[in-house]
Amino acid sequence: MAAIPERVHLTYLVNGEEVPVSFAPYKTLLEVLREDLNLTGTKHGCELGECGACAVLIDGEPKLSCLTLALECGGRSIQTVEGLAQGTTLHPLQAAFADHGGSQCGYCTPGMLMTAKALLDGNPNVSREQIKQAISGNLCRCTGYQQIVDAIESAAAEMRGARK
Amino acid sequence: MSAQEKRFDVVGKNRRRVDGRAKATGQTQFADDLVLPRMLHCKMLRSPHPHAVIEEILTAKAAKHPGVHLVLTGKDFPVPFGIMPVSLDEHALAPERVRYVGDPIAAVVAKDEQTAAEALELIEVKFRVLPTISSPQEALQNPEPRIHDYGEQGNIHRNQSYEFGDVEEALAASDHVFEDTFFFEGNTHLAMEQQASLAAVEGDGKLLLTTSTQNPHYLHRQLSRVLQMPAAHIRVIAAPNGGGFGGKCDPANHEMVVAKAALVLGRPVKICLTREEVFYQHRGRHPVLMKFRTGVTKDGKLTAMHLQTLLDGGGYGSHGPASTFYTGVLTPVTYELPRFKFEACRTFTNKPPCGPKRGHGTPQPRFGQEVQLDKIAEKLKLDPAELRLNMVTKRDSLTASWLRIGSTGLAECIRQVVARSDWKSRYDKLPFGRGLGLACSAYMCGAGVSIYWNKMPHSAVQLLLDRSGQVTVFCGATELGQGSDDVLATIVAEVLGIDTGLVRCVTGDTGITPIDLGSYSSRVTIMMGNAALQAAERVRETMAEAASESLGIPPDRVVFSQGRVFAAEDPGKGMSFVEAIALAEAKSGTLSTVGSYSPPKAPGKYKGAGVGPSPAYSFSACVVETEVDPRTGWITVPKIWIAHDIGRALNPVLARGQVIGGIYMGLGEALMEEQVFRRLPPKLSGALVHRMPSMLEYKSLTSLDMPEVDVALIEDPDPNCPFGAKEVGQGPLLPVMPAVANAIYDAVGVRIDEVPITPDKVLRALELKNAGKNPRIGPEQFPSVPYPKPIFVLPPGEGGDGGELKSPEDKPERKKVAA
Amino acid sequence: MMRLPWFDYRAPRSIAEAAKILAGEGPQAMLIAGGTDLLPNMKRRHQTPKVLVSLKGIPELKKVSNGSGIVFGSGLTLSEILNIEKTPTALRQATAQIATAHLRNMGTLGGNLCLDTRCTYYNQNYEWRKAIDFCLKKDGATCWVATASKRCVAVSSTDTAPALIALNASVVLTGSSGEREIPVDALYRNDGIEYLSRRPDEILTAIKIPQKNFKSTYWKLRRRGSFDFPILGVAVALRFSSGNIIQDARVALGAVASRPFLVEKASEYLKGKALSDDVIAEACAMIASRAKPMDNTDMDLYWRKEVADDFAGYALRELRGDDMRAMRMRIARQELTG
Repeated sequence: MAAIPERVHLTYLVNGEEVPVSFAPYKTLLEVLREDLNLTGTKHGCELGECGACAVLIDGEPKLSCLTLALECGGRSIQTVEGLAQGTTLHPLQAAFADHGGSQCGYCTPGMLMTAKALLDGNPNVSREQIKQAISGNLCRCTGYQQIVDAIESAAAEMRGARK
Repeated sequence: MSAQEKRFDVVGKNRRRVDGRAKATGQTQFADDLVLPRMLHCKMLRSPHPHAVIEEILTAKAAKHPGVHLVLTGKDFPVPFGIMPVSLDEHALAPERVRYVGDPIAAVVAKDEQTAAEALELIEVKFRVLPTISSPQEALQNPEPRIHDYGEQGNIHRNQSYEFGDVEEALAASDHVFEDTFFFEGNTHLAMEQQASLAAVEGDGKLLLTTSTQNPHYLHRQLSRVLQMPAAHIRVIAAPNGGGFGGKCDPANHEMVVAKAALVLGRPVKICLTREEVFYQHRGRHPVLMKFRTGVTKDGKLTAMHLQTLLDGGGYGSHGPASTFYTGVLTPVTYELPRFKFEACRTFTNKPPCGPKRGHGTPQPRFGQEVQLDKIAEKLKLDPAELRLNMVTKRDSLTASWLRIGSTGLAECIRQVVARSDWKSRYDKLPFGRGLGLACSAYMCGAGVSIYWNKMPHSAVQLLLDRSGQVTVFCGATELGQGSDDVLATIVAEVLGIDTGLVRCVTGDTGITPIDLGSYSSRVTIMMGNAALQAAERVRETMAEAASESLGIPPDRVVFSQGRVFAAEDPGKGMSFVEAIALAEAKSGTLSTVGSYSPPKAPGKYKGAGVGPSPAYSFSACVVETEVDPRTGWITVPKIWIAHDIGRALNPVLARGQVIGGIYMGLGEALMEEQVFRRLPPKLSGALVHRMPSMLEYKSLTSLDMPEVDVALIEDPDPNCPFGAKEVGQGPLLPVMPAVANAIYDAVGVRIDEVPITPDKVLRALELKNAGKNPRIGPEQFPSVPYPKPIFVLPPGEGGDGGELKSPEDKPERKKVAA
Repeated sequence: MMRLPWFDYRAPRSIAEAAKILAGEGPQAMLIAGGTDLLPNMKRRHQTPKVLVSLKGIPELKKVSNGSGIVFGSGLTLSEILNIEKTPTALRQATAQIATAHLRNMGTLGGNLCLDTRCTYYNQNYEWRKAIDFCLKKDGATCWVATASKRCVAVSSTDTAPALIALNASVVLTGSSGEREIPVDALYRNDGIEYLSRRPDEILTAIKIPQKNFKSTYWKLRRRGSFDFPILGVAVALRFSSGNIIQDARVALGAVASRPFLVEKASEYLKGKALSDDVIAEACAMIASRAKPMDNTDMDLYWRKEVADDFAGYALRELRGDDMRAMRMRIARQELTG
């Protein structure tokens, strides 16, 4: 059996940019994002897939970075909260979260935002019920979800307007 | 228009919170997001035994493990600590005794977490296991072995008794006396952020600890104590907290450990707890067994109440002495209660320590009180809302226990939820399986006394303005997500007539911010807010004087609004805010003011009268709708209405967020959240473990389990509060649990006198009902507790002076009360 | 942060290659697909495989084929299963209720079928398990759920398996020496440790659902609207004749034993009958009598047993055509369309 390599060298497409990364092979994408790429916007609440705080978009799909092997992400597109704004202009979801009480402590916010982004990228014409379903894998302990749903609804309306 | 009469610039407007953008961009840096050059990582070894003596710890192998820099054990921490001066019973690492599974024993600092974890495995600990105590009942029955060698006696940590007026006499004279026992299971905060701390020795040689804490000031004091260093050589920064809810109030073992390690190694040391460790750190809701004996007149007025509580404190004191008080002291705040007797006992058990969680000690008795009121209303054939409306405490009154009620909007809260939920046409009228339940609560706006005795201000604010136009406000208050920074900016901005975006908040840093006691007891808006108000008014005065000279008007005719400073009588005559600063800076020098706040003195004079008084009380009323499947007991909550007397909403979008968040947490506690333990068969094992220390198995509501909440904010400004704003962070949680219980009764006619209220309990109660038995699930009895002789105080209405009646002949003759 | 242990990683490009690696590495190797079950277990040191053999890069495992039924590659994610129009109702409903949307984007159908059995004494961190001196399933000698038991009673927690058993599906197991097809219920053994009949060198490569014109449904009991594993799963598939007489019936239960299983007695009983209230009641009693949950999951043990009858009733009434949407909304907390 070949010896386990000390480090893995790969290239990711992180928030639209090619980024070379090097990390110990046992690391999850969460650990590599936070510890090797200093993208600490992605949070962790359990590291076992039980809270949704670490959700990022991998090839556009919301997935949990805590249960994604970093070495399986070579060449993949990874979107994190850091890449959501266009320059200094907030994504409609970010603005709506800030304006409608979608963030209190802000700890679940990055995972919520990325999950909501995937939802609205697919279809900005969503009901409150669909929003609740989409974010039902993201725990929040502050808001009771209502203002998060308000924020996503509001952003969806704005995105619908922008598409017209 | 005058300076005082101007319309609000920012208060009452729905605004983006000042930290909203950073949170939505992921730029807010929580403690675990911080990285320093040469940073090392720490992991702690925790006890696998619930109760044991540490006979030997061998650390040589761990210390030699490649990549390990330091191993610490209890001998490195000879000085104990604790949040309360009367309970300094914790060591950063246990020196000789462990008291619960998870109690920290040793720590390894290594190049990375993986290495530190590997080294933990190499530490050998020889334990001598001791018998364990798993419940207050066991604690009362087994005074030995003592979990701690201090406390009242045996395994009783705190034991107290108060009587305000002769309760037995009043009960005897009542038309009805209701006797009920209730149980409130313990639960935990489950903040999304796992606590993290980063310690470093700064360039000036001083210690810097950046950490997830609600109370940097208290931590600062305890660090100084444990590390035996002058506090002036220690700086604590409260990183933005990823939720607190009371869970980050206590100074924590891991904070002491990384601080010590950084001092020993001269390198930054970070720790982040795993989720399992967060469950062990706990300090959450105490499990409380309660007994209420309540007298009422036939028309539904309370005559007296005898409340007994028994708390399961866990392995250490934590906030326990305060928690014990809080299982009773706020009981008389909601409704007029002429006489009140309150006995409380907190026991030690071999479980993670309980402490303050949102509502601190009060949700438990509030649950019992409000469910009992529902039973009283039914017996007296009174509408539960009318019953309550007829006895709400009056504005500017004193309770039997000498708490001063200032403003109260409780009656309006009740009227609002009754109207909004269509209570009158739906309560007691919905088809079987559907029901409405109502409950109310009151909560304090900040504790009237500090955790350690002193006469200094509870909160202080410093304000700095300069010619660039920037306004910087410094305060030791701590942002948990509740919006304390936004409150601070709002108050300063309102006074100065500017946008909150111009205000930079520098908070929670003992190195540079004036002291605020912390984010607990719903004190921040009122105490920090009043200090900020004072500082801002002082600087406005200085600026108004300078502006008045330039404008040729008296200073009191200068208005600060919409970023301008102008004449009240001629708004066109004025200048920009920046120009006004420049004028004032030229006239008076650097513009900096301070403000501070101390709460008013409490009217009660008896020993213990310091717990309960508050500058103001918030009030809430809540209606919950339930659907209960009579075949399975399955519970659905389709809708909740809440009205909260907030005094004034400084930023309504945030205030509503606090209310809904409180409802959410309360509903979780009502239906599923519980921090429970499992003892293995004693013949085979001594294990006493947390049943489910994980996010998956500690059940918290998801977005699909959370109903829509209808929120009414009742605004009746309180004169003691900044712009009249009262608390909103804790109060709205409290009525939810009893409202759920009452709604289930309305739906299917069964009483669940304990939380959480789960389908299996409802089904068991329905089975009892069908069998013609008492359809109730709850504690059957209250154990015999050796409460002390009560401190007897005459209520204000009976001619007392707020002090204890010292000589026995002053006390009215009373019958002996069976415990 | 909880960390994974060290492991070597192999990424074969074909089933044959994967089978060869698996045979070569022996029991030290484990298969990983979505990783949503294995990685938490590895973080908690339930499993510390020396080698992970990833199935992610094998295109064959992503195939969907139609013939006299439908064949799903085991590597299809649960979200992909939901997006396939022909996915039968019971499987769709079961899949839609697995974990969370994120985990369904990651986890695969094959992974859900091979899900490790669960137990509140087992699904804990290493340190917690040390505090109870471990358990029969891993590193210990005693089953703390039933201390006299010689057998581990950890619970089968797959949602898709009972649905697939009801749908009379089979799985294809491929090893280095060939492949075999077995009915889904034969994949399982009533043993919390050796819960699969899959040999260590075999890969579950495909799931075949025959074309039977079944009307099917799945009802799941769990505390919350997402995240939670089943603590009872009732799957029923019925084929009706024109006169509403049941021609073929298959009832399966999940999460009440170490394996999902076909409730043969109830299945046989239903054949040839119409779903009258009496027939439903009789069938429900037969189904519920087979639910023998242990005290090692969420919720009260006795209650879980009691409501098995009701959940079976929900399933049968729904297949009869009763409007169960409101009930399903209350139980599942979401709409689940066929």
